[in-house]
This record gives sequence, C-alpha cells and structure tokens, in this order.
Amino acid sequence: MLAVRVEELTKDFDGLRAVDHVSFSIAGGRIFGLLGPNGAGKSTTLAMLSTVLRPTSGAAWINGFDIRSDPSSVRKSIGIVFQDQSLDEELTCYENMDFHGRLYRVPRRIRQPKIGELLTLVGLAERQGDLVKTFSGGMRRRLEIARGLLHEPRVLFLDEPTLGLDPQTRNHLWAYIERLNREREITIILTTHYMDEADKLCDEVAIIDHGRIIASDTPAALKRQIGGDVVILESSNNDRILPHLQALPAVKQVELRDGAISIKLDQAERHIAELVTRASQDGVSINSISVHKPTLEDVFLHFTGRTIREEDASGKDRMRMARRLWRR
Amino acid sequence: MDIVYTIWLRNVKRYLRSRSRIIGSLGMPLFFLLILGFGLNSVVRGPHMGHGYVSFIVPGIVSMSVLFTSMFSGIQIIWDKQFGFLKETLVAPVSRLEIMLGQTLGGATTALIQGLIILALSLFVGLEVTGLPGFVLAIGFMILIGVAFTALGIAIASRMEDMHGFQLIMNFVIFPIFGLSGALFPIDSLPVWLHSLTLLDPLTYGVEGIRYGLAGTAQVGPLVSLSALGAFTVVMVGIGAWLFRGIQI
Repeated sequence: MLAVRVEELTKDFDGLRAVDHVSFSIAGGRIFGLLGPNGAGKSTTLAMLSTVLRPTSGAAWINGFDIRSDPSSVRKSIGIVFQDQSLDEELTCYENMDFHGRLYRVPRRIRQPKIGELLTLVGLAERQGDLVKTFSGGMRRRLEIARGLLHEPRVLFLDEPTLGLDPQTRNHLWAYIERLNREREITIILTTHYMDEADKLCDEVAIIDHGRIIASDTPAALKRQIGGDVVILESSNNDRILPHLQALPAVKQVELRDGAISIKLDQAERHIAELVTRASQDGVSINSISVHKPTLEDVFLHFTGRTIREEDASGKDRMRMARRLWRR
Repeated sequence: MDIVYTIWLRNVKRYLRSRSRIIGSLGMPLFFLLILGFGLNSVVRGPHMGHGYVSFIVPGIVSMSVLFTSMFSGIQIIWDKQFGFLKETLVAPVSRLEIMLGQTLGGATTALIQGLIILALSLFVGLEVTGLPGFVLAIGFMILIGVAFTALGIAIASRMEDMHGFQLIMNFVIFPIFGLSGALFPIDSLPVWLHSLTLLDPLTYGVEGIRYGLAGTAQVGPLVSLSALGAFTVVMVGIGAWLFRGIQI
C-alpha cells in the first residue's frame, strides 16, 4: 500500500507560488527525502501534507486518508518533527511526552510504559525528570522524534531533522532514524538541504527547486543518470598515454585538464586496473590516481545549473519571506 | 473534556513552577493596597466606605490582580507561538475550541489563585469577611473576571504577530479597564459623564460584585453585576474562540 500519494499539489502565497504541481508517492516502510535549497518549497509541502496548511489546488492522501476531507484521521496517523523546536521548555522531558500522549488520547496504561520505552530508544531515559530548557540541541531533537512516535504513527515527517546540529549528533540521529525505519517499519518523509543526508538516509529522493520536483529516483539512479564516474590520473607522460587510454572500450571520454588526465567512465572501480596496466605497458609511471563518484550535489548542479550552496544566501531570505506569509 | 484538562494542566503546572512570576505579579497589587490604602485611609472619607478606605479598595485590588494575571495568561499564547509550542498543539487531532477552552480555564485558574493570595493578605490589613456565602459570591465573580479577560487576552494574541504590541495593550486596554472600574473610587460620586463611562467598563461589575460579596454593600446591585459580567464573559469566550480558530502558525 502507498503510505503517501501526492497529486499536483500547489500552494500560492499572495501570488507567490511556493509549491507548483508537485506529485510523488511513497511506498510503505521507505525513507523518502525532499531535497532542495532553502525556500524551495519543502516545508510548505510538508505543512500541507500534515494538514497545517490548506493547498491551493491538488490532492494528497496519507495512509489512505484525504488531507482535505479527513484532516483529523491524517493527523492521528502521522508524527511530525518541525524544523523549529516545538517543545515546552518549562516542562520536563517526561511532561512533554505525557502532554503529547494525552493530546493524542493515548490511554494511560499504554502511555506510561510507551514513554519509558521511547525515551530509552533515543537515550533520554535518565534525563526524563529534567526541564527541557537544560537540554542541548541534539537532545531536544531526539526528544521531539520520540514524542512524534508516541501515538504510533505510520508515517513520520521530519523537517530538516539535523539542521544546526554538530556532525557527531547528526551521525547519531541518522542512526536513530535508520533504526526506527528498519525496526518499526515506519515510513519516513524528510526534508533536507544537506546532500550527504539525503544520500545516506533516503531510499528515494525528490529534488525540488522553486516549488517544482525536477528529478525523483533512488540516489544511485539519480547519480547514474547524470553520467558515470571520473578518474583523475597524473602521470610522467600524459600526452603519450592519452590516446591509448581513449581507445580502451570502457572509457567514454578523456581530456587533459590542469596537467592531469580526466577520464569519464562507468563503474570506475572495475576498470581502474585496466588503466594502470595500459599506462605501464607504455612505460609511463603513474604519480597519482583518484576516483570521483558523482554526488547528489552534482545531480542538483546538473538539473539546475547551480550548486545548492550558491542558493543559501538568497534562499534564506526567501524562506523568511515565506515564513512571514505563512504566519499571517 | 480530557483535552481541555490537558491544556489546563500544562498552564497550571507552568504557573506553579514559576515562583518568581507569582511573587513578581503580587508586587504591584500589594503596593497599591498598602501605599494607597494606608496613605489615603485617613484622608478619604466617603459614602460606601464603612470600614475605611483600605477595606474599600480590597475588592478593587483583588480585581486588578485577577485582571492583570488573566490578560497576561491569555496573551502568553504569543510566547507559545514564538517558541513553537503552539504548533505541537495545533497539529494534534483536537479541535481549536478545546485548546482555547483549556487555555482560558488555565489562565482563569492562575488568575484566581493570584486573586486569592491578595485576598488572604488583605485579611492582615483589616479586611473583614461578612460570611461564607458572601465569600463564595466574591470567588464566583473572580472566576468570571478571570475567564472573561483570559479570553480577551487570547482574542488579542490571536491577532498579534509578536510581543511588540504588548506595551500598546498594556496602556490602552488593561490600564483603562482597571482605571475606569470603581476599583479605587466610589463611582456614585463621579460626574455623570464619567459615571456612565465606568458603567461601560465590564470590570466595574466585577469589582462591585466582589465588593458586595465581601462587604455586603455595593453601588451596583449584585444581580445586575452578575448578569452584566456574565454576558460579557460569554461574549468574550465566543470572540476568543472565533479568533483563535483563525490563528496561523
């Protein structure tokens, strides 16, 4: 069964089209990533799917429930971790969980053991009596994820789950997310503008830019789509081996760049031996050789002509603008 | 009902936990009670002041305390908005009406506690309670003031972006409501135009109701006070619920 089905979802804010006819679907138990620069429309899409915002047009179903006609069933069946913190800092860790459980009408006899179990899962069991204002950013995030799972949602929304966290905490959090998905078979839909995060976590990625999905597939397929790997080779005599390398069947393209040979080919690790053998046959010694696999960053660059990082400055302003509109 | 209770519980827990807020917000009412009360006790003589000025203003100061606390509690949902907690409540599968009622009752409860503390402290400065029924009546009026003005605070907060407008609310809503009520002076001795203005102030009926309960006499009949304040409360809860329904996060 499809956990999420989105058809032509669109949202306008005062003439600004934040999300533009977005369609995708997610099979149950998968981790799906919406990848794009700030202000691309990721959070707005998530807000519509979680029934916080009403779409201008289009439709979507979460766990089979229509987001427009049955928001209450949608809300019961999803867990959300927002981009901005949404904890009550004046309450303790346990009280935040308890509040959530009561709001979602989880009966007391289930609520109490479940809170303990989830806090253990995210490693906060010992801190459950402490006020949230004493927690670090990573602990808060973990608490929010545990809280989002308390009512046993079948789909979990994570909006920029590791934004502003240090690398070590990010790694921990990724491990939690993968474990959740594996052990509890929860479908996870996350937004991120970190390429490595999408690559590491997601079974499937949709690249979104200016409100539109411009590519959607598994990370591996996306990377394959934009062409193969690149081997950079430096040798004692580049000019001599260049034509010979060009003639190898596996090699697609060869060029001389900055005193090194740049070789385009598929599955570089399988053919690297051939390259080396060819060079030694010519009596040319190799100074250095390296394999470059395309990243999602390259995929984004390929489809948009920009890197995601270039977008950050202007993207942030757009995000703030969208936020202001969203708040009104 | 369990949702209303949950929201109520959170508000009360937060209130009881913030000792500094409780003590801090007792400061001004106590200041008014002691300085104004004793300062003017020997000078001010008037009708309806059987036991002196201090006992005359006790109901006014109690009302003031309830008014301020409840308005603050209502407006505090702006903090929830800014700190993100409101989102957590709004995406839960519960109705906005339940959330609003929980907030209102939570705010009213904290306001009532605040008022009761002032009332208890007033016993030391010469307040004489006429009897249990009157005392219960006074508490009833305090609850009504609390509910009405928390709802008003929520209504205002639903339309506010951030705390920047707070000073405006303080100066042009809360202080006029307090000043125009008969909290500090007998409204009968006012010029006609001012007297009719005080009768437009819903808090006047709260003050007079509490005064009737505590002292047994008032310038506005208890039934009139009860119906006026009761009607105002119903209208405020209605407006608050309606505006809160449209709140955007």
